[in-house]
Amino acid sequence: MMKCKKNIIIIVMISILVFSLGFGANAKAFRVAVIMPSSINDLAFSQSMYDAMVAIQEEMGKEEFQFVYSESMFVVADAAAAIRDYASEGYDLVIAHGSQYGSSLVEIAPDFPNTSFAWGTTVNTFSDQGITNIFAYEARSEEGGYVSGVLAAKLSQTGIIGVIGPIETGDAKLYVEGFKAGVLATKPDAQVNISWIGSFSDVALASEAAQTHINVGADVLTGTAQMVVGAIGVARQRGVLWFGTQADQTSLAPEVVVANQVYDWTVALKPMIQLVREGTRGGSAYVLTLANGGLKIVVNQEALVRKTIQDIIEGKIDIEL
Amino acid sequence: MEAIIIGVLKSAIRLTTPYLYASIGETIGQLSGVLNLGVDGVMLMGAFSAFFTVLKTGNLGLGLLVAIVVGGIFGLLIAFVNVTLKAQQGISGIGFYIFGLGLSSLLFRTMIGTVQTVSGFSPLSIPLLSNIPIVGEIFFRQNILVYGAFALVPISWFILNKTPLGLSIRAVGQHPEAADSLGVNIVRIRYLTVIFGGMLSGIAGASLSIALLNVFQQNLTNGMGFIAVALVYFGAWRPLSVLSGALLFSTVNAIQIWIQVKGINIPSDFTLMLPYIVTIVVLAAMAKRYVRPPKALNKPFERGE
Amino acid sequence: MKYRDIREISMNFIPIAAFLLALLIGAIMIAILGISPLIAYQALLKGAFGSMNAIADTVVKATPLLFVGLGICIAFRAGVLNIGGEGQLVVGALSATIICLVFPNLTGWILILIALFFGFLGGAIWAGIAGFLKAYFNVNEILSTIMLNYIAVYGMNYLLRGPIMDPLQVKLGSFIPQTARLSQAVDLPRFIPTRLHLGTIIAIFFAILVYIFLWRTTIGFRIRMIGQNIQASRASGINVQKYMVLAFFLSGALVGLGGAIEVIGVHHRMFTDGSATGFTGSAGFNGIVAALFGQLHPIGTIPASLLLGALLTGANKMQRVVQVPSALIGALNGLIVIFVVGSEYLRRRQTRRVERIMKVEHNSKNKNKKEDK
Repeated sequence: MMKCKKNIIIIVMISILVFSLGFGANAKAFRVAVIMPSSINDLAFSQSMYDAMVAIQEEMGKEEFQFVYSESMFVVADAAAAIRDYASEGYDLVIAHGSQYGSSLVEIAPDFPNTSFAWGTTVNTFSDQGITNIFAYEARSEEGGYVSGVLAAKLSQTGIIGVIGPIETGDAKLYVEGFKAGVLATKPDAQVNISWIGSFSDVALASEAAQTHINVGADVLTGTAQMVVGAIGVARQRGVLWFGTQADQTSLAPEVVVANQVYDWTVALKPMIQLVREGTRGGSAYVLTLANGGLKIVVNQEALVRKTIQDIIEGKIDIEL
Repeated sequence: MEAIIIGVLKSAIRLTTPYLYASIGETIGQLSGVLNLGVDGVMLMGAFSAFFTVLKTGNLGLGLLVAIVVGGIFGLLIAFVNVTLKAQQGISGIGFYIFGLGLSSLLFRTMIGTVQTVSGFSPLSIPLLSNIPIVGEIFFRQNILVYGAFALVPISWFILNKTPLGLSIRAVGQHPEAADSLGVNIVRIRYLTVIFGGMLSGIAGASLSIALLNVFQQNLTNGMGFIAVALVYFGAWRPLSVLSGALLFSTVNAIQIWIQVKGINIPSDFTLMLPYIVTIVVLAAMAKRYVRPPKALNKPFERGE
Repeated sequence: MKYRDIREISMNFIPIAAFLLALLIGAIMIAILGISPLIAYQALLKGAFGSMNAIADTVVKATPLLFVGLGICIAFRAGVLNIGGEGQLVVGALSATIICLVFPNLTGWILILIALFFGFLGGAIWAGIAGFLKAYFNVNEILSTIMLNYIAVYGMNYLLRGPIMDPLQVKLGSFIPQTARLSQAVDLPRFIPTRLHLGTIIAIFFAILVYIFLWRTTIGFRIRMIGQNIQASRASGINVQKYMVLAFFLSGALVGLGGAIEVIGVHHRMFTDGSATGFTGSAGFNGIVAALFGQLHPIGTIPASLLLGALLTGANKMQRVVQVPSALIGALNGLIVIFVVGSEYLRRRQTRRVERIMKVEHNSKNKNKKEDK
């Protein structure tokens, strides 16, 4: 019985080997592995990277570009094992898409000098520690935040704007501070109320935070991280405008989502891939900005127009002739 | 000032709802001697099933029904493992939690794929009562599932304290040998309570996905089920006390949200701690007399032992 | 005689059979997703044991499970349910990290010992709070330990985004919530070239220590007695409250030590993603599973932690190889726990059957003896 099982396993393994040889024949393909801390459909951080991968694959073609991913890798020790594993499997570029993966990368990268690694979101390539095969990438999300803030201030009738964030660190902090700056630059006496949910996933708390913001008078809301879906639901229900970031959240509430800052990681990834193909394994840092198209503001006309019409009807807007 | 209190309390009532359903369900199960730590997993399965049903059919009642059935099925499985297979209840509960979390996320990924919202139960004003100043706004302009949660308290109190069934349940939890010798079917009672608890956890999940939040996402409950279990101990296995525990926790939570929104200069992390600290402190202040858990809690029943 | 032996041996196969049954259901789920279960499970095995690095990963994953499991052994044997593993891991880790940040210039073994001591102390105090509340205020420990988990996480977030955030992060403007990398002096030695670190040896050492403590010391005996029969303990004059707090204290101490070792052995800094799980990997809960699978015996917890670590590590590899949604891994984990713990019943039933057979044999032997006389 055991011998029979053993034989089956051997046969299976040989077939896999032969099969993969067939695939390996197409050695020109650029292979990328991505490790992400949340799910690829979180309408936020991880989804933006997944969308970028798909976009690059569409552009370069499946023969030229292949990628695999490990999502929901919020346990850093597991992510480290994944990074190491992908590197030893010979992937050309291993992307550690999460700020918490940094210390793992520092340990792993030197062991795989022929693999390129990328770390987001940060600008630290660890070159000061003599490491040459780590790229870094970051988004200047405060820029898009500023733009949204300006628009939010213009659209707000009450002058009270609410912000819902996860914890006051990293990308979230950048976005929120940019947003607040944009609001206050446009309307110095506007009130920007900020509340932090304390996690990236507490949807119920985000929902109640949105309710509370609206109760104290906010008529425009924004927020970042995947738990904001709860807040968007409330915004939709109570007819309050929403500004999104990290991904296009219009589909969740087309009536109220006015604009979204969308991350286009391909702006960082494409030059990175180019460099790797040419033989440079790391050392550069890339930033997504409005200037280089890495950050795009996607405006949802429907919500914008609808809101303005509503305000005219309700007499909130005085058109001076 | 008035508006602030109304806003905070209304928030608190909404936040209480899922905890109340799950906690009362767990209370009944524990009173019959079964500990179920898998509440969060069942809540997630209920939330997903309700959401999926409403997404595909638009029928809210059907969504709620599906959540109840799915919760009941999980309750049945949990009862089977804990009562018939006499497994160690704490650990099997954790297993069901991990399973429910994984399965609901997997089904969400494969059957829905993207995050989206549905139109769930909307607030329902109770005629007359909703016109009472302040109180009317807070209590009587809520979602129907909110009303259900609060109605559950007197209903469960009545069943547990004024009916033969309730007596049997409590007897099974306190003195199973005696109950058994009096002809009470221990297994049947425990199956009943755990299945019912599962159904309530399913409704708790549905209250999130098709009533209060109108969305489903992986790990939507974010650990709520464990808080619900903790509240059972706060309430000392009495529905009314469980209610006050859930209300206390949620009200402090609503207050801390308001504190942050108002921009009061306390670091957010400390305000976020408040509901948890207050719950412990209040319980410590209250527990002057020793509260006995059901004697047979977490002990499988074997005739002749 | 032979019959009984076969029965005894078959008893130990029951949990294995249950494990395989769970894998079977997992295979069905994998197949529904259009992936070959054979390839998937092969990857699972490879990921757990397939190479030196894989084995190292398995052991590194098992180490915090063992520490938590040991803590649970003490707590559950004292009759108290310590569900606060996550919080105690975090507090232990933070305590060790902070002391290293405060004294960066100490070197070598002194610093490592100090760091471990503070991890021990931090976890002990955190659990001790729950113990104190239970012993003197009748606050149920399931409630207090769960609540304390959250309080620990929020405290950690505060510290890591403020007072102890890496100055480099502030300078770079990235504001990643982590501390500076601790000095190399406090790194636990590793068995290069793998990631296997000294912490595992320390864990096994403590497993033996806990065994000696629980079964060979008076204090340990008293702690176990409280867990068995609290009334009798009181009646025989044991200060139940004092020993209850002590049990919590020691339980949290071991868990906190595990947290400290995760920092100085694996990550070399403290970090957060808003929750405890990014750092702990849910070891606070999985450790409970390990302890219970190990029959609440410190030595039994060692293989249990190893197997659990293998399962978790292998499952992650499986996810990578066949690109199955990570949620399926979770569902599979849950199934395995349910099936194995559910199979205990059959095991116990077998035990009783064997005992009954032995009793019958013994009685019939005596009967024969009597008749002979």
